[in-house]
Amino acid sequence: MSTYAGTPEAPAGASGAPPSDGPEPPVLEAVGLTKHYPVHGGGARGQRRSAVVHAVDGVDLSLHRGKVVALVGESGSGKSTIARLLAQLQPLTAGRLLLRGDDARTRGRRAFRRYVGKVQMIFQDPFGSLNPVHPVRYTLTRAVRIHQGRLRGQELEDALAALLERVHLTPVERYVDKYPHELSGGQRQRVAIARALAADPEVLLADEPISMLDVSIRLGILNLLADLRDRLHLAILYITHDIASARYFADTTLVMYAGRVVESGDSESVTQRPRHPYTRLLVSSAPDPDALAERAAAPPKGEPPSLVSPPAGCRFHPRCPFATDLCRTEVPPLLDVGRGPGGEPLRAACWGWSDRDGAPQVPADEGREA
Amino acid sequence: MTGPVLEIRDLRVDYGFGDDPTHVLRGVDLTLHRGEVLGLAGESGCGKSTLAYAATRLLPPPGLITGGEVWLTDREGNRNDILGLTDAQLRAARWRDVAIVFQGAMSSLNPVFRIGRQLTDGIRAHRPGLSARDLEARAAELLEMVGISADRLRAYPHQLSGGMRQRVMIAMALALEPQVLLMDEPTTALDVVMQRQILEQIMELRDRLGFSVVLITHDVSLLVEVADRIAIMYAGEIVEEATAADVYRRPRHPYAHGLLGSFPPLHGPRRELAGIPGSPPDLQRLAAGCPFAPRCPHAMDVCQQVRPVLGPPRTGEARRVACHLHGADLPGDVAFPAELAR
Repeated sequence: MSTYAGTPEAPAGASGAPPSDGPEPPVLEAVGLTKHYPVHGGGARGQRRSAVVHAVDGVDLSLHRGKVVALVGESGSGKSTIARLLAQLQPLTAGRLLLRGDDARTRGRRAFRRYVGKVQMIFQDPFGSLNPVHPVRYTLTRAVRIHQGRLRGQELEDALAALLERVHLTPVERYVDKYPHELSGGQRQRVAIARALAADPEVLLADEPISMLDVSIRLGILNLLADLRDRLHLAILYITHDIASARYFADTTLVMYAGRVVESGDSESVTQRPRHPYTRLLVSSAPDPDALAERAAAPPKGEPPSLVSPPAGCRFHPRCPFATDLCRTEVPPLLDVGRGPGGEPLRAACWGWSDRDGAPQVPADEGREA
Repeated sequence: MTGPVLEIRDLRVDYGFGDDPTHVLRGVDLTLHRGEVLGLAGESGCGKSTLAYAATRLLPPPGLITGGEVWLTDREGNRNDILGLTDAQLRAARWRDVAIVFQGAMSSLNPVFRIGRQLTDGIRAHRPGLSARDLEARAAELLEMVGISADRLRAYPHQLSGGMRQRVMIAMALALEPQVLLMDEPTTALDVVMQRQILEQIMELRDRLGFSVVLITHDVSLLVEVADRIAIMYAGEIVEEATAADVYRRPRHPYAHGLLGSFPPLHGPRRELAGIPGSPPDLQRLAAGCPFAPRCPHAMDVCQQVRPVLGPPRTGEARRVACHLHGADLPGDVAFPAELAR
């Protein structure tokens, strides 16, 4: 399997260079994706009536077929909101959503169905996402009939068998009449994946697909998704808080902090030589039995900011050891900070990589070689 | 400093009454030494939380302790079997000798009481003579100890972030300076950055106050970093117990080896990982023999029939493993897997 088939060749960011085998346009592209949730009665004395939670602010993202993009961040950083926006389960506050270059925003049920046929989603909790009163057969039949027409008899059986085989639930007879409570967590997540595949989608949005599963079976699900990416040429958005699994599974990694993308690039560069101070904090905080000796003595301090009134400028500046006045006043754009092994751009939203006056002095390279 | 503080001997727990109970703990032996951090790792349903609750007699029905002993050595050197204490003795010993930070500690705080009141509750129960002023001073001291400013005493839980609530729970557990702190997945609901902050704080407090810790988690790579010794549980029993470095560098049990291979590394070479095939066993339908045999790549005939006993491996190392591969009577024609012999 080609989980580790060398370096990723796909363009990394929203406007990345074309891959070597000709320019392949992204399947799904988001430009300036923004979502604000209104909060009512914010504040004890009734002020801030029109306050909003800045869940996602100006995120650019593009998904290409046969590639996995990981979205990494802590809880509350807006990564699940992005999945819901891309699935059009919630309306955008601002920004554009392009499916194969055309505006993808749907109005009305039929258009939404057509969109859902192309973009499917897998949820975090396979214990909650399958209806407990229906067997696997019913769950999958519904998805097949909605997306593939009114199949009956042997045709339907063949379609169900093909789906279950694709997610390695074989022999099929053993699983097709089971109820969700008779299946383990990993098997349930496989059924949820099979249900998503029934639509024959081009894009799969996976929102923390393994974080609720037993540790020994998580890699089985990731390897299955990698296999589907290769065989069905799916574009996968992999949302996770575990940066090590992003390195394992994803071609491109985007790191989010407080609703904004702070760093993007190929997964190996982002995890091995992080440029943004937040990514460095994330990488150095992850459990790593081999790095005992080189852990910094000072424990990291601080917490993510309020998203109702986020800090001006860079949202990481209250916790950043290098922050200057520039960081406190102006929002840093995603700056080009280098090239990945395949020539794709690496970007970081940190003034430390600009030549502006008063830019912070961020050490050039704390990362170590792979 | 050394010497055991908590000794669990052949502890057995069933869930369900009647003719067909589920055996959730099947004879667990474990010793916690003074000042030590003991990691307890395993997947969900392997019995690690049950072990913590049974050892403190907090197990709710239908959980039933059917056998075993839990010896606690208090500060004066008296050895008591927790399972044999009267209700009054138990009430006095809880929180003073053994404290727990519960799983999902973020929701263990009562939302309608201020933090200060909840912090002093336990102290007031154990030391009824203390004045309100002393209580408040102690609560302030505890909050400062876990890195929260004392003016938060009058805050309600919802006014604190998840990480701060977790710290309040830890401060509460340390209020009476217990000798043993049981922590059941204390950082699972937190982000990695907060997880590291809290764990480093606990380790620092342990160095200062000298209590022992049992840290329960499914994240083995985290345990390798913070624990002195690690016990790995599978299907209600301990299958391997050794120092953290030995478990990480030289796992002996095939399950321990598989579990370590289930976490993709953040550094070093990228390689294909497979996790462990199959899924965790159903404790209601455990076959005879080794519970890991159906998923084990090295299972032999004997593994299907005879349950291995936790004991030192054939090589005589100072560790315990429950696997026939390391038993004294391994048949000569069996190829010993190289990855378990490092």
